[in-house]
Amino acid sequence: MALWEVFIRPRRGLAHSHVGSVHAADAQTALRNARDVYTRRQEGVSIWVVPAAEITASSPEEKDSFFDPAADKVYRHPTFYQVPEGAPHI
Amino acid sequence: MSTDVLALGDDALIAAQRLAEWCSRGPDLEEDIALTNIALDQLGAARLLLGLAGSREQPARTEDELAFLRTDREFRNCLMVELPNGDFAVTMAKLLFLAAYQKPLYEELAAASSDDPELAAIAAKAVKESAYHLDHAALWTVRLGDGTEESHRRMQNAVDEIWPYTHELFESHPDWLSTVDEVLRESTLERPADGWRPTGGRDGVHTEHLSRLLAEMQVLHRAHPGVTW
Amino acid sequence: MYGTDFPPDDGPSTLLSEVNAAERALHAAAGARGPAATGDLAAYFDSVVAAEQKIEPRDWMPEGYRKTLIRQIAQHAHSEIIGMQPEGNWISRAPSLKRKAILLAKVQDEAGHGLYLYAAAETLGVDRAELVQLLLEGRQKYSSIFNYPTLTWADIGAIGWLVDGAAIVNQVPLCRCSYGPYARAMIRICKEESFHQRQGYEILYTLAHGTDAQRAMAQDAVDRWWYPSLAMFGPPDTDSTHSEQSMAWKIKRFSNDDLRQRFVDMCVPQAEVLGLAIPDPALRWNADRGHHDYTQPDYDELMRVIKGNGPCNRQRMAHRRAAHDDGAWVREAAAAYAKKKAA
Repeated sequence: MALWEVFIRPRRGLAHSHVGSVHAADAQTALRNARDVYTRRQEGVSIWVVPAAEITASSPEEKDSFFDPAADKVYRHPTFYQVPEGAPHI
Repeated sequence: MSTDVLALGDDALIAAQRLAEWCSRGPDLEEDIALTNIALDQLGAARLLLGLAGSREQPARTEDELAFLRTDREFRNCLMVELPNGDFAVTMAKLLFLAAYQKPLYEELAAASSDDPELAAIAAKAVKESAYHLDHAALWTVRLGDGTEESHRRMQNAVDEIWPYTHELFESHPDWLSTVDEVLRESTLERPADGWRPTGGRDGVHTEHLSRLLAEMQVLHRAHPGVTW
Repeated sequence: MYGTDFPPDDGPSTLLSEVNAAERALHAAAGARGPAATGDLAAYFDSVVAAEQKIEPRDWMPEGYRKTLIRQIAQHAHSEIIGMQPEGNWISRAPSLKRKAILLAKVQDEAGHGLYLYAAAETLGVDRAELVQLLLEGRQKYSSIFNYPTLTWADIGAIGWLVDGAAIVNQVPLCRCSYGPYARAMIRICKEESFHQRQGYEILYTLAHGTDAQRAMAQDAVDRWWYPSLAMFGPPDTDSTHSEQSMAWKIKRFSNDDLRQRFVDMCVPQAEVLGLAIPDPALRWNADRGHHDYTQPDYDELMRVIKGNGPCNRQRMAHRRAAHDDGAWVREAAAAYAKKKAA
């Protein structure tokens, strides 16, 4: 199951904002899951789901030299991140 | 033909009871939430329908009196909804067939608002939910039918197992068959041959499953007659 | 909301206003100019935390901060998921359709909360599947309270009043946690949670004012759930090893004992309204301290339960493992279908 980021626009006049993420194997399922979890199926709500892997993120204010080139993944951390104890690599 | 409101309510109640059994047992967290959501929808419709049916009796009965104090011979749900959940494929087959039945039925009832405005109002609310249930079941039937070899086998088995019970549902709804056929086709599944046609639910002649289901559902209520919870 | 009226109790409404205050503080801090970025990442991290601003995904952070957060958020998520079992145990037998619907909605909410928390943990670069594996292997834990059985319908009331109450006391301060995604998830959760405690309380109130049998059922449940609920706040401060660092990083905002005391003080007037006894003969108001004196829970029991020897540990894990294993073919099918369509 891939990770999808969820953006919701609760009503007209507002922009979509990021509310969290869901897991799903495909876009249709991701959209439905997002609707169930983040809107409790309210009407008139607009939902975007985007595979987290498709998001390109900028670096925070810190000096860029500490990080890989700017076009980087949204939740990828600097190289000294350790896998939690005992977790098998998946 | 007057609508058997009690039968509709019983369909929804027993379907809700079975779906709720998936709580904390779903194949993933998102699906656990989805199934519980659908169970809640069915339960909500059941409460409104039973409430309406009960209010029209002489003397009137409440939704709880109907749910907790009738024996299985007095329930009028179709046999299909009382069958055990089986694996996820069986549950989805049951939901597909049920939603494909409830949706056009609720649509008709909602449209006939001059005949029975109270029932029409309940049906109008239930239509949207039914459409959602049908989409959900179709989405999964397709993925299981056209997924792995194992999921295809399980989904075909599920369709084969539940198919005989669908005859009790759709005598008067040709749309049902075309809706279901389309989903089966997209899922690479075969529609079973029509042979055995178990029936009797509408007359209170159920499978052995219902009285066990009711024993569990009713036990606490019956242990303390007449109290408030 | 459910047709019955209750004398107002301080607990949920005060806590809800604290949640709203935390949310306002988050927005205000977001609007304010933060500390200036310097070349020293560690110093910048410290200054952001000190200024009550939020650390966000992909910020530099000490390895210990990340590890502690992953563990804490994941275990919180696991607790929501495992908690569905004792409560879900009474859905099929709920004594009225209204109660069935309320309980079903509550347990569904809890699943959703677990999901929000897994999502927050994933912003730290870990995958939900990894966290689930750690739970199933027993390497990550869940709240000890869910290792107790729900023996009667009244237990559902007791869980709502005491367990959700304790969870709220614990969770509200986390709305001001230094890590942005966790704080935001906690605000969302606490807002939704405000209904849950009320529902449990209402169940107990109805039972306590019902027949003798119902009243006895309610008192019995309170008798069994009181001390385990106190133990939810963890060992006493003197025995709590990791707290100092977590406090410095603003992952933990109050000590175990402070939170436990807060919970007791909140429950006493609520118990009076219920007309049920808290099973502690030493419970009394201490005017000098401005708090209630109370008997501590059995911390040896807590340790035994945490180590896996509570009444339901094996059952909870077996249930979770079975659900996970039984669902494997479904997840595989979904992945296979997606792959076919993407090709």
